[in-house]
Amino acid sequence: MTPQTLHAQAVPMVRAEGLVKNFGHLEVLKGIDVEVQKGEVVCLIGASGSGKSTFLRCINQLEKANGGRLWVEDQRVGYKLKGNKLHEQTDSEVCRDRAHIGMVFQHFNLFPHLTVMENLLEAPRRVLKQRDADIRERALGLLRQVGLEDKASSYPRQLSGGQQQRVAIARALCMEPKLMLFDEPTSALDPELVGDVLKVMRDLAKSGMTMIVVTHEMGFARDVADRIIFMHQGRIIEDGPAREVLGNPRHERTQAFLASVR
Amino acid sequence: MIGNAAPVLDEPKIVRTKHIGRWTGALLCATLAGLLLQSALTNPRFGWDQVALFFRDGAIVQGIGVTLELTVICMVLGVGLGIVLAVMRISSNPVISWIARAYQGFFRGTPVLVQLLFWFNLAALYPSISFGIPGVALNANELITPMAAAILGLALNEAAYMSEIVRAGILSVDPGQSEAAGALGLTRLQAMQRIILPQAMRVIIPPTGNEAIGMLKATSLVSVIAVPELLYSSQIIYSKNFQVIPLLLVASIWYIIITTICNVGQGYLERRYSRGATRTVHVGTVTRIRRFFQGTPAPAARKEPRP
Repeated sequence: MTPQTLHAQAVPMVRAEGLVKNFGHLEVLKGIDVEVQKGEVVCLIGASGSGKSTFLRCINQLEKANGGRLWVEDQRVGYKLKGNKLHEQTDSEVCRDRAHIGMVFQHFNLFPHLTVMENLLEAPRRVLKQRDADIRERALGLLRQVGLEDKASSYPRQLSGGQQQRVAIARALCMEPKLMLFDEPTSALDPELVGDVLKVMRDLAKSGMTMIVVTHEMGFARDVADRIIFMHQGRIIEDGPAREVLGNPRHERTQAFLASVR
Repeated sequence: MIGNAAPVLDEPKIVRTKHIGRWTGALLCATLAGLLLQSALTNPRFGWDQVALFFRDGAIVQGIGVTLELTVICMVLGVGLGIVLAVMRISSNPVISWIARAYQGFFRGTPVLVQLLFWFNLAALYPSISFGIPGVALNANELITPMAAAILGLALNEAAYMSEIVRAGILSVDPGQSEAAGALGLTRLQAMQRIILPQAMRVIIPPTGNEAIGMLKATSLVSVIAVPELLYSSQIIYSKNFQVIPLLLVASIWYIIITTICNVGQGYLERRYSRGATRTVHVGTVTRIRRFFQGTPAPAARKEPRP
């Protein structure tokens, strides 16, 4: 390990301590303790309802955690330190923090009234206040990277699901995020379209992006993830290198889950 | 090469279906419409010569001006305030949401004619208006002219209806859109302006076109508070020359002309805001009629090849 990577790993990208989230009386996260290092690719697996998506959404504050502590780099999520008190962030501070975290949704959520190019331009233009010419150049590069250079002037509904998801990834990357969150990015796709999306994610992982991926694609998890975290009923049950968790799961819940998805 | 076989030379000729039902149906309705038209043209009591005489009368033209002015001002105010009320109503702040609800309840619950009379007689309620600022004392009788009362009455009433239309539009947009906008760092205001409202427009425009046409006609109500719009101008003329029917016809024809123009504008707006919403190609009216009677299977929507 080179000195640079050692230094980069000093502060984890994401750190959670006893993170709790309730929806009414339903406790969805019952105390999550985890660290994700910079440059790491982590796959969250587990049955639906186990809290994977909720944990992901807490990181960029689409959900507000009810208890425990959560950091992105050295900053407490949702709070700012003034003197020795933690003040809740204002809406605009929340937005500013989210701008550095990319998110890809299960149902793509592209803006249907804007062309592919405009989808990519919108946030850098409004949030980062960058000039159109600069963003456009970067956006074209990203579309090339996801293999959709020729679709810049198409509307999302003219694209297949797989193409839409690749645009969604490019849209998130166009904000030049330091962390990418994927919430079941291939679950809404026809099986023959999954491959293209996974390839884009593979390339992204190779480029050194920090990624947290909620997925049911065990093949992807095995090949790409540095670590796999198995969640069950709001808790992390198993957390380790991909090969170990998939090949030699220690917990019986993990064994049962893996047997059911194979 | 399956599917690309050479054409069979002695294939029988295709005979199109005659569609006798379609032709008789159309003929019957056209005849009835023709009879109605003939009656309207030949009955001398319609007084078409008088209609022609007063059609571009100076007072009528001025009345049209006032009608259009009122319609545009009240619709613009109504839509603007309607958007604000809609956002207030879906606000998570219960006090703000409740105030919007109360506003809607009051203005939708009372007839607009009563509201107009109320505004017109505001001086009886508040002889001097200070807006709560010390030192300000405006004479309500001078401030609330008939035109001001008309604008207040129509616009505030319209806002209550528009707010529900806008709210329906906002609710029609997938919640994933505001999540995606939020995840990209857009503020809620930016998301509303750039992402949610433009998509909501597709749902908002058709009923708003209805409202605009309704507003155009509702302006005739302000004739009761002596605003010289189209109807009141006609009334002034027929109160002098007793040509009641011809002058009502003049007003009606003008209302129809203006609403027709509004419809064209609405169609244009709808096409503009449906960008990206469908994959269909617009087919003109003439083509649609030709296809129907020629019996070509009417492709309501031609799909672009899906990649």
